[in-house]
Amino acid sequence: MSNKEKDQEQILRDVTQTDYKYGFVTDIENDMIPKGLSEETVRLISAKKNEPEWMLEFRLKAYQQFLKMEMPKWAHLNIPEIDLQEVIYYSAPKEKKEVKSLDEVDPELLATFEKLGISLDEQKRLSGIAVDAVIDSVSVKTTFKETLGEMGIIFCSFSEAIKDHPDLIKKYLGAVVPPSDNYFAALNSAVFSDGSFCYIPKGVRCPMELSTYFRINAANTGQFERTLIVADDESYVSYLEGCTAPQRDENQLHAAIVEIIVEKEAEVKYSTVQNWYPGDKNGVGGIYNFVTKRGICRGESSKISWTQVETGSAVTWKYPSCILKGDNSVGEFYSVAVTNNHQQADTGSKMIHIGKNSKSTIISKGISAGFSQNSYRGLVKVLKGAKESRNYSQCDSLLLGDKCGAHTFPYLEVDNRSAIVEHEATTSKISEDQIFYCNQRGIKTEDAIGLIVNGYAKEVLNKLPMEFAVEAQKLLQVSLEGSVG
Amino acid sequence: MLKIENLHASINGKEILKGVNLEINPGEVHAIMGPNGAGKSTLSSIIAGKEIYEVTAGKITFDGINLLELAPEERACAGVFMGFQYPIEIPGVSMVNFMRTAVNEHRKYRGQEPLLAADFLKLMRDKKALVEIDSKLTNRSVNEGFSGGEKKKNEIFQMAMLEPKLAVLDETDSGLDIDALRIVANGVNKLKTKDNATIVITHYQRLLDYIVPDFVHVLYQGKIVKTAGKELALELEDKGYDWIKKQFD
Ligand SMILES: Nc1ncnc2c1ncn2[C@@H]1O[C@H](COP(=O)(O)OP(=O)(O)OP(=O)(O)O)[C@@H](O)[C@H]1O
Ligand SMILES: [Mg+2]
Repeated sequence: MSNKEKDQEQILRDVTQTDYKYGFVTDIENDMIPKGLSEETVRLISAKKNEPEWMLEFRLKAYQQFLKMEMPKWAHLNIPEIDLQEVIYYSAPKEKKEVKSLDEVDPELLATFEKLGISLDEQKRLSGIAVDAVIDSVSVKTTFKETLGEMGIIFCSFSEAIKDHPDLIKKYLGAVVPPSDNYFAALNSAVFSDGSFCYIPKGVRCPMELSTYFRINAANTGQFERTLIVADDESYVSYLEGCTAPQRDENQLHAAIVEIIVEKEAEVKYSTVQNWYPGDKNGVGGIYNFVTKRGICRGESSKISWTQVETGSAVTWKYPSCILKGDNSVGEFYSVAVTNNHQQADTGSKMIHIGKNSKSTIISKGISAGFSQNSYRGLVKVLKGAKESRNYSQCDSLLLGDKCGAHTFPYLEVDNRSAIVEHEATTSKISEDQIFYCNQRGIKTEDAIGLIVNGYAKEVLNKLPMEFAVEAQKLLQVSLEGSVG
Repeated sequence: MLKIENLHASINGKEILKGVNLEINPGEVHAIMGPNGAGKSTLSSIIAGKEIYEVTAGKITFDGINLLELAPEERACAGVFMGFQYPIEIPGVSMVNFMRTAVNEHRKYRGQEPLLAADFLKLMRDKKALVEIDSKLTNRSVNEGFSGGEKKKNEIFQMAMLEPKLAVLDETDSGLDIDALRIVANGVNKLKTKDNATIVITHYQRLLDYIVPDFVHVLYQGKIVKTAGKELALELEDKGYDWIKKQFD
């Protein structure tokens, strides 16, 4: 065998065996309910969580709503029928009592998060990120709670918030994404098990990044979490979300809701690095990711900024949106979505301009490789009263290879003549000539792809908090390994 | 340093090189001339390791090793540089990032640590001055929107950064204005040492006024059909290729 053949063999091996590095399973005892979905399931989840009556009512209403709805078919996705009766809706790591300190958390669980690069030990956490860790259905630990509490910031699991801050939850739950919003929102509202809640009081700048880390561990379980962020007048918070799952042959369902409420002159930055298990090279397994993320800029001059780097999931269906209700409010969406092998993504954003002089920006960078399908779907809607509002949308697609697809579906509904709406779109390819040019300068093919892809996604990566940006860069490169040449 | 023996190569089943022999020693400058379509770019691409060409016979050794067994990036790190006839644009990738990756890959190959950012930037500054390239160009993406001449200057800049043992410059002079031609040629001359060698592929004598070759070869129909000293270039300038073609058609 010549060296070249050996090299090719090696590359092939690397490629086919590039492991999804988060694909391990943690052996922990779980408290699970039987699979299947019914009113009984909803009641059981609520009972397991010792919820107040009003919460159960919210769930039951949502469930009734859900029964009247059908799975949406409009996305450019090819999804086999999902049998919701085969899903387990509640699974929690078994714990004897409420966890007060880290010593009481199951060591296996701690090890899991260490392995994922997330330290729940506050002493070790020098970088100053507060973490809420959610495994399967429940939040296992929130760090820095006391430090934040001194400033009046509430950062806790959703279950705790229901107990400790019922007034806030009653006021804001479903305020931006009502259960009737869509099929998956209704499902989530009925069966959601946990998530994170965050409240930043008036005039407070949150001194550290807040983050939620989601992990699906148990087999056959669905993960249905909710995040609710409320930023009161003149406050600021930067929020991070990360997610991974074990490598399994069967598909698993993730249907989450994120709601953000931003008051006058407040700002919320929400960043996601989504790395759910994407399935193997042949498209077996992987997470079905159906997420409803929406924020409302309620007050004047408020701002929401979504940044997402999406590399995981077999199927992604998500459109982080902004309702720009306040005058002079600002909505931003920066996205990099990578699909490789047999992954499918239908993602984009909605910007609804209601307030005067509201501004929005959409920067979407799709990268498709292998046999994957990558679609941008976006809506810019300008209502009558949204005088002088502006939108700028830019949707770029980068193709690696010729068996993948990139699509753009921009929708415009402009009901105001003083509005300025701009849309630009480009499609480009990484050519063999570009790779060879890099090779000739001593740069390996994989690194060349990394350079080109990171260059292409730079505008979005720059929006991520430093630590996350480095992680995301590596992730982009790993996700695309072996896709050219 | 470089020894090419009886090299045959084809593309899509069509034979382009039909038995090329060439030997290059350290310190030498060789010019390769020849009519359009003779196979000059093919030869340089094969030296650099472009995969679409199939080598059907013959061998290439570089410093005693079989070059054909190395991947393109290994050849580059071993000291083979090719100045492209048509340099490629890479939008979004900054020259700084591109060069830093390239330089550090070369260093890694030699077992050296990556350069510190400050040292790297100083190296860039020095080399920019050496080849008189406009600072603004290196603040942009690789070749993106560069004029034809700017792209060629950028090739010489990259050569200066990487300090190859063997540089194959494929028509680096075409598309250059008179000042740029002088600048590029000066750059090549400044980079010349007794240990490295240069192959310049060109159609015009005027480049060879500046870069004086030790040997001039004529490639025709996939073979080197004539080799002589620098006076051959003058003769070709004067008489064209017909008198050579006649001997072989
Ligand atoms: N991909 C290809 N498919 C078929 N023929 C090719 C291909 N690439 C090159 N050739 C042919 O190979 C021959 C040699 O081309 P090459 O580019 O090496 O010539 P050259 O000597 O560099 O010419 P020039 O002086 O015009 O640059 C030409 O006849 C060209 O058409
Ligand atoms: Mg040529």
